[in-house]
Amino acid sequence: MPVLRIPTPLRAYTDGKSEVNVSGSNISDALMDLTTQYPAIKPHLFNEAGDLRPFVNLFVGENNIKDLQGVNTPIQDGEKIMLIPSIAGGCRCEGEARKNLPAKGEQYGTS
Amino acid sequence: MALPELSRDEILRYSRHLLIPEVGLEGQRRLKSSSALIIGTGGLGSPVALYLAAAGIGRIGLVDYDTVDASNLQRQVIHGTSTVGRLKVESARDKLLDLNPEIQVDVYNEPYTSENALRIAQDYDIILDGTDNFPTRYLTNDVAVFLGKPNVYASIYRFDGQVSVFYAKEGPCYRCLFPEPPPPGLVPSCAEGGVLGVLPGTIGTLQATEALKVLLGIGEPLIGKLLLYNALDMSFDFVKLKKNPNCRVCGPNADIRELIDYEEFCGVPSHDHEEGSAGANWDITAPELAERVKTNHLKLVDVREPHELEISRLPDATNIPLGQLAARLSELDSAEEMVLFCKGGTRSARALELLVSAGFKKVKNLKGGINAWAKEVDQSLPIY
Repeated sequence: MPVLRIPTPLRAYTDGKSEVNVSGSNISDALMDLTTQYPAIKPHLFNEAGDLRPFVNLFVGENNIKDLQGVNTPIQDGEKIMLIPSIAGGCRCEGEARKNLPAKGEQYGTS
Repeated sequence: MALPELSRDEILRYSRHLLIPEVGLEGQRRLKSSSALIIGTGGLGSPVALYLAAAGIGRIGLVDYDTVDASNLQRQVIHGTSTVGRLKVESARDKLLDLNPEIQVDVYNEPYTSENALRIAQDYDIILDGTDNFPTRYLTNDVAVFLGKPNVYASIYRFDGQVSVFYAKEGPCYRCLFPEPPPPGLVPSCAEGGVLGVLPGTIGTLQATEALKVLLGIGEPLIGKLLLYNALDMSFDFVKLKKNPNCRVCGPNADIRELIDYEEFCGVPSHDHEEGSAGANWDITAPELAERVKTNHLKLVDVREPHELEISRLPDATNIPLGQLAARLSELDSAEEMVLFCKGGTRSARALELLVSAGFKKVKNLKGGINAWAKEVDQSLPIY
């Protein structure tokens, strides 16, 4: 079986596993198998339309699947697939998010 | 341009370099005539600046607008207990000039922004990306592309590190690999995830190594290659990076020709010091919450990871880690008034966003998290 290496930020969605054995003869099948085994990882890899998110990079051996045949890139038994995420750090304190909130909440605050 | 001579003192100082044929006297003079701009004087910037200064880079620029905090010292080894509260660039400059008074250190105590970045970076030979957020990372990349300078990149998370040299003249840039950043909240930030203190030391020294190789013109710099390091596995993996023909800044049909609004591009603030807020109408401050719980029943939901509860906790809070919240919504009653909290208020702001999108209305975010509570209400709790 091909082996998919999971980077630390995404291990929260694979029960902490750093490597997951996946079945399939190409990247598309392998990812399908991964998201079947660990459904929580799916939104981190695919957008709502089901396309691989642009900041998700997959490498078969040393090569980016974007330079091969994309998700149709064939994979062999035992081959190592690496999932490479963009990570921001450095090391910053908390202080991001809050894009999608409506401007006003129901007030039950301090009055 | 003629390379500067080395003084008698400098020859002694750099003698271990002069003994290496790949550096030698000429290489050391080359380093003396070189300049390096380091974006950030934190976890990565610390070892980068220390080793480049020790190596005798003639002029080092430091960009940071932050002050030294006690929680930095677990990894930001350029600073010290005696410099807590001081500007990071000044704390770092003092340390560098103590290490090597032969060099010049220029400091920029300001956020690195689209307004000042080209002006600051144009006079340096190489840029080292030691930033901690996506907007500044994309800015650093684009500046390097537009000025035709090499950008020595590194990034860290918990036990993982990435290193590469993005040099659009000879290979891909950061955007070739990551055309756009992840949506806010999809990838946990370092402060939420934490980082092994020595990790930026390992990765930053690799960055400094690459910078020295590029400046000396020796070896094979990581141009077109990405190093992936994991401290737990002690693994070093390399992958090949190619120029992306559709790259919007360095591709043949690039449509981004000048610096943009990077905060808008990334959907997150890069220089916002107001931490852990969900916006004024969704926040409740720690003192307000303290008043409220005296008279009303409020459900407190702690969205931190279970191991963080060993550091500090609020009585009667229900723990549902952010990552599990979507799957455990049925445990919460949308009719009940609820206050969400985490360490600093960021994860709980995300949790609030999730609950609001699921139809919850009576929810608030504890601004500044349990740390604000520890600061303003119950000083017996530690701040972390």
